[in-house]
Amino acid sequence: MSIKVNALSKSYGKQKAIDNISFEASPGRILGFLGPNGAGKSTTMKILSAYLSADAGEAVICGLGIRDNALEIKKRIGYLPEHTPLYVDMYVKEFLAFVAESYGLKGIDLKVKEVITKVGLEAEQFKKISMLSKGYKQRVGLAQAIIHDPQVLILDEPTSGLDPNQLLEIRSLIRNLGQNKTVILSTHIMQEVEAICDDVVIISKGKLVAVSSLQELREKHRNSSLEEIFRKLTA
Amino acid sequence: MYAVFKRELFSLLNSLMAYITIGVFLLATGLLLWFFPDSSIPDYGYAELGSFFNLVPFLFIFLIPAISMRAFAEERREGTYMLLAIRPLTELQIILAKYLACLSLVVVALLPTLVYYFSVYKLGSPAGNIDSAVVAGSYVGLLLLGSAFVSVGILASSLAKNQVVAFALAAFICFLVYMGLDAAAKIFSMQWIEGLLNGLSVNEHYQSISRGVIDTRDLVYFFSFNVFFLAWTSFVLKGRKW
Ligand SMILES: Nc1ncnc2c1ncn2[C@@H]1O[C@H](COP(=O)(O)OP(=O)(O)OP(=O)(O)O)[C@@H](O)[C@H]1O
Ligand SMILES: [Mg+2]
Repeated sequence: MSIKVNALSKSYGKQKAIDNISFEASPGRILGFLGPNGAGKSTTMKILSAYLSADAGEAVICGLGIRDNALEIKKRIGYLPEHTPLYVDMYVKEFLAFVAESYGLKGIDLKVKEVITKVGLEAEQFKKISMLSKGYKQRVGLAQAIIHDPQVLILDEPTSGLDPNQLLEIRSLIRNLGQNKTVILSTHIMQEVEAICDDVVIISKGKLVAVSSLQELREKHRNSSLEEIFRKLTA
Repeated sequence: MYAVFKRELFSLLNSLMAYITIGVFLLATGLLLWFFPDSSIPDYGYAELGSFFNLVPFLFIFLIPAISMRAFAEERREGTYMLLAIRPLTELQIILAKYLACLSLVVVALLPTLVYYFSVYKLGSPAGNIDSAVVAGSYVGLLLLGSAFVSVGILASSLAKNQVVAFALAAFICFLVYMGLDAAAKIFSMQWIEGLLNGLSVNEHYQSISRGVIDTRDLVYFFSFNVFFLAWTSFVLKGRKW
C-alpha cells in the first residue's frame, strides 16, 4: 500500500470539507476519485500532497506519516493541482528546469528533455507558457508532476477541458504511468473511469460513500451504468 | 532554494513595476542632489551627500513595498503558490528566496547612486574632500534599512489578499517603525519609555550606523528586526488556508 488514508477530516471555518475519509491505494493501480462538485476531492488531494494539513486523521504515503515527513513525502509525490496553476511568464523549458532544480535533481537538461518527449510537448517546448492552448498547458502541468519520477501521482481533473484527441493521448499517458506508480485521479467523466481506473472511491458532501474496485462496484449494481451508480450513491 | 531565488529575481526584473520603482528612485535622488535649490550640490555649495542619505529612507518607505508587494499576494491570487509549496522546500526557504530577490533589487537600485559619490568626490575642493567612511557607513545603513523594509514588505504580502493592500500595509508599517517610534519617544517624558522607543526605532539605528561607526548593537538590532518579520511571515504561511 503506498497510500493509506485514515479517518481524514478537514474544515474551512465551520464548513466540513471532508469528514472521516479512509481508503487505500496501491502501486500499479489507478484509483478514480469521484464525487459531485464540492464533495471534497480537491481538498483531500491537497492534504495528500502535503499542501494543506488535515484537522484530524492521518495519511501514510510510502510508509511515511504526512504530518511528520512532509518534505520527504513531497519528493515522492507528483501533484497536478486543479486548474493547473503555472508561471505563465516563463518558457516551457525554463519552467520545467526550474521545477527540476527545485527538486534538487541532477542532469536537469536531460530530465527536461525526457519529460518533454514523454508528455508530447516537443513542438511547443520553446514557447512561453502563456501562449499555449489549454491542452498543452495541461501537459506542462503533467510534466511538472512527473519530472522527478515520483512513486505516487495525484492528478486533480487531469483531462478537464481537453479535446477528444488530447483526451485519449493524456489518458494513455496516465495509464502508462500507472503501470508502476500509484495514481489517484479525480474526474467527472465516467467514461474515463471505465477506461483507465482499477479502483473507485466515491465521496459526497465530504463523506465516503463507496470504496471498491471498479469490477466489484459493477457487480454489486448489475444492469446500471457507472453514471447511474454515481447518481444513486451521491443523491 | 536557489531555484526559487532565481525565478523570483527573474520575474521582478521582468515586471514593469521594478523599472518604474528604480526609475523613480534615481530620478528623485538625482533631482534632489543636482537641481533642487535647497539641497542640490551646485547651489548649496557643499559637496556632500547628507541630503541624499536623509531622503532615501523616505523613498524606501514607498519604493520597497512596491517591490515586495507581489511576493506572496500575487501567488495567492494566481494560485501559483502551490507550485512552490508542493516542492520539497520549507516555508523558510521560500520566504528567504523571495526576501533575497527583493533585497537584490534594492541593491540594483542603489548601485547607480555610487555615481553621486564619485561626482562629489571629484567636485570637492580639494578633490577627494569627502568623508568616505561616513559614506560607506551610510550605504551599509541604507542596506540594513532596506533589508528591514523588505522583511516588512514580505510579511505584508503574505497577510494581504491583493497587492494594493500589501503595498499600503507595508508602507504604513515602514513609516511607523521609521518615523512613528521616534515621534512617540518625544511624547513621553519618562526616560525609560523614551529610551525603549528610541531603541526600537529604525531611524535611530540607521542614523547611528550612518555616522560611519558600525556598532554591533545596531547590527543586532537590524538582524533581529529581519528575523522577527520573516518568522512572523513563516507563521502566517503555516496557518494559511489558501
Ligand atoms: N479555501 C477554501 N476556503 C473555504 N472553503 C473552501 C476552500 N476550498 C474549498 N472549500 C469548500 O470545501 C468544499 C470542498 O471543496 P473541494 O474543492 O475539495 O471540492 P471538489 O470535490 O474538488 O469539487 P469540484 O468537483 O467542484 O472540484 C466545498 O464546499 C468548497 O466550497
Ligand atoms: Mg476539485
